[in-house]
Amino acid sequence: MPKLTIDNIEIEVPEGTTVLQAAESIGKEIPVFCYHPRLSIAGNCRMCLVDVERSPKPVASCSMPVAEGMVVHTDNERAKKARNGVLEFLLINHPLDCPICDQGGECDLQDLSMAYGKDCSRYTDFNKRAVSEQYLGPLIKTAMTRCIHCTRCVRFSTEIAGISEMGATGRGEHMEIGTYITKAVASELSGNMIDICPVGALLSKPYSFRGRPWELSNTQSIDVMDAVGSAVRIGSRGREVMRILPRLNEQVNEEWIADKARFSYDGLKSQRLDRPYVRSKGGKLNEATWEEAFDVIAKKISKLDPSTLAALAGDQADCEAMVALMDLMEKLGSPHLDCRQDGSKLEAGPRASYTFNTSIAGIENADYCLIIGSNPRWEAPLINARIRKNYLATGLKVALLAPEVELGYPIDYLGNTPDTLDKILDGSHLVAKKLKAAKTPMLILGQGALSRSDGKAVWALCAEIAEKYGLIHDGKGTPGEHWNGFNILHTAASRVGGLDMGFVPGKNGLGTLDILKKAEDGGIALVYLLGADELDTSKLKDAFVIYQGHHGDKAAQVADVILPGAAYTEKSATYVNTEGRVQRVLQAVATPGEAKEDWKIVRALSEKLDLTLPYNTLDQVRARLVEVNPLFDERDMLQRSAWKSFGRKGKVKSAPFVPIVENYYMTDPISRNSPTMANCTREILGWGQPEGRSGTDG
Amino acid sequence: MNTHAAETMEKKFVQDAPNSFEFNNENLKKVKTVLARYPKDRKASAIMPLFDLAQRQCGGWLPEVAIEYVAEYLGMPHIRAYEVASFYTMYNTTPVGKYHIQVCGTTPCMLSGSDDIVRVCEDQLGINLGETTDDGLFTLSEVECLGVCVNAPMIQVNDEYYTDLNPDIMSQLIKKLTNNQEVEPESQIGRKGSAPLTGPTTLTKGNS
Ligand code: SF4
Ligand code: FES
Ligand code: FES
Repeated sequence: MPKLTIDNIEIEVPEGTTVLQAAESIGKEIPVFCYHPRLSIAGNCRMCLVDVERSPKPVASCSMPVAEGMVVHTDNERAKKARNGVLEFLLINHPLDCPICDQGGECDLQDLSMAYGKDCSRYTDFNKRAVSEQYLGPLIKTAMTRCIHCTRCVRFSTEIAGISEMGATGRGEHMEIGTYITKAVASELSGNMIDICPVGALLSKPYSFRGRPWELSNTQSIDVMDAVGSAVRIGSRGREVMRILPRLNEQVNEEWIADKARFSYDGLKSQRLDRPYVRSKGGKLNEATWEEAFDVIAKKISKLDPSTLAALAGDQADCEAMVALMDLMEKLGSPHLDCRQDGSKLEAGPRASYTFNTSIAGIENADYCLIIGSNPRWEAPLINARIRKNYLATGLKVALLAPEVELGYPIDYLGNTPDTLDKILDGSHLVAKKLKAAKTPMLILGQGALSRSDGKAVWALCAEIAEKYGLIHDGKGTPGEHWNGFNILHTAASRVGGLDMGFVPGKNGLGTLDILKKAEDGGIALVYLLGADELDTSKLKDAFVIYQGHHGDKAAQVADVILPGAAYTEKSATYVNTEGRVQRVLQAVATPGEAKEDWKIVRALSEKLDLTLPYNTLDQVRARLVEVNPLFDERDMLQRSAWKSFGRKGKVKSAPFVPIVENYYMTDPISRNSPTMANCTREILGWGQPEGRSGTDG
Repeated sequence: MNTHAAETMEKKFVQDAPNSFEFNNENLKKVKTVLARYPKDRKASAIMPLFDLAQRQCGGWLPEVAIEYVAEYLGMPHIRAYEVASFYTMYNTTPVGKYHIQVCGTTPCMLSGSDDIVRVCEDQLGINLGETTDDGLFTLSEVECLGVCVNAPMIQVNDEYYTDLNPDIMSQLIKKLTNNQEVEPESQIGRKGSAPLTGPTTLTKGNS
């Protein structure tokens, strides 16, 4: 390990460390533009120059590996002067239009100009160059004149997102960043380019000219658009969510978030349920007070047999609301409740049977990956990005048994005939050999495979494959410790939490599909939908439907009573991600109108029904959650769950798997009501009429 | 902004661009030889010679279809190929005239009067840098150092260098090219290679 001296501090670092990393390890900050710890090193901005003794010129520290005996000065006159020069060059062509630039206040160039810039330029005889805008789709707005050619965006899109669409064309003064043909950047991670662009060249289109960073209050929260549970920061002003940015969580989303998490927030502003509604005899939904709405429900329930009541929890229901509803159903005496609105055949059995056991970060240790009935790119873009990360680092081999899709890394396509699984299990399929040969193999089982009528058989079969081929073992893998390669990929943020607490049919209870069926023939007379929209609402026509949720979306149309709840940005609540990580969202803005936090609604209703639930505060509900399952107390941590065999064997049908996510951009009430997501559907997926591009934007 | 900038600024979608491209048999043979120089999994390295072949086959420029064809031929994303095509001035992404006059404007040539050479060309041909004459005979562009600074100022026309120029010589040169007359390439004042202008100053004895 080479020893070197940085600013008079002697340190020893591993071979291959760069001077910049070595300096950072002892807390020396070196200014950078092009360097990004998660991207390959480009070394093209020269902002990171440092002075190295006996070196004739200043050295770009981001790309210079350390050498024995190096003496580095990160902050002496020579280094500073070199950076002054670099900055002066960068600013020759930069428009310096900070007052009208959305990046203002959070711009690296602005900050470093304050630190290293001169108060005037010596290059006054030149006209600044002007660069025509790029059209990068409905999410990213460009101001290419501000680009400093750091190529971070190019490296991000090729390396992390896995799409080679961005590039640097021309050279010298004529170099420009852009796409080959004018088209929307087709990646579910494209929004991250806005964050990594150190200047105001790539900006958020929906947020453009809407706010300044210092006007926003920030709330540390969790995304619930998928089951990954990415850490996000919600920027709000007054009652309005202004934007959503990623927060660092190495275990989950690193520092990226998916486009749906970032951009669907404008869906929070339309079609909101801001007061209770009751359907009149004539079939019209009329505004009502909470009191009236509860009265109608109480009257209805008093007339019904408990065995005709049912409750379904939707994909974004929080744990507090679910546990309250679950308790209420118990008090009412009905066993018919389900949190699997897609009809998934997972059970609330051993935890390892329904979670992503390898963990998201653990994907990086896998040496073989079999994906079954899933499109991770759309179901969990950040899990897909981890798979790609492993592919880039180790050349991970991935096999796909699902509808064929482009995932951003090479796949070994196994077709889409589920009975291939039988062949894998009996060893006659090539994949069997690969699984056996691998030290840390993993399989990912998606909801597309589990919500079929033979989902239970697929599930059991996969568990058998996992057991037979050593996907679960103690210590034959490289990390040298416990390895569990059996993974369920969820798409619903509420699902693992629901299964953890047992929001599933009780004794003789009915599951989602049966509830819907019985609702049609009268066996179920009342259905309580806790934000459950993604189901066949036509089957609910004859039942009395209570819809508690935040959007007047699909289910609200068939509802007899609507109870306005809170969206995830408006409450403090618990969600469990697909790995089984218990996380909290925090309230960023107030609920609109008379809408209330969801558990409170259930609690208030219980009182009306004379079945008062025994909790009055959020802490008490959470204590109840812990009582139901102690896991809810272990926040932000990963619990390793013991492997137990589960599932029932059955015949897997040969009918092909169907995708569970049909349109990445619209999967839930919020994103379905988001104009931005509608634009993405139209322009990126090319569905529907392509909108004529307006002359003023893009 | 000068016209050269305007030319490279934007990828132009050319009106009379061909709508398909494929290497002809003769070039396919050459492509094989070129590819043999690189390891199989590094065949993207062959992009520059392949572009050159494609450009010659297309009459001196690289239409979009040819760039895409070469990219796909080498298994690389279109943008990566376009980056190469747009980086080098030797690749023309717009059609050029029969004679592509490339005037070197880098420091040594500039100090030796390349500005005058450009002026003569512009005046005589009636076009600006980056433009093509209406008869399709000449395209004029400015390029960076072509490596014969000793014989500055100089130009390159298609594959040949014409060096040791001055405005008069340049003017003559254009006339000859217009009339389809042969012009000897290299030094226009009869200098041998980069020997001193005043004749040899060393190795003067013997029969060299
Ligand atoms: S657009 Fe931004 S990220 Fe991309 S090269 Fe320019 S400055 Fe860098
Ligand atoms: S950060 Fe080192 S050259 Fe850009
Ligand atoms: S400067 Fe013109 S050839 Fe070198």
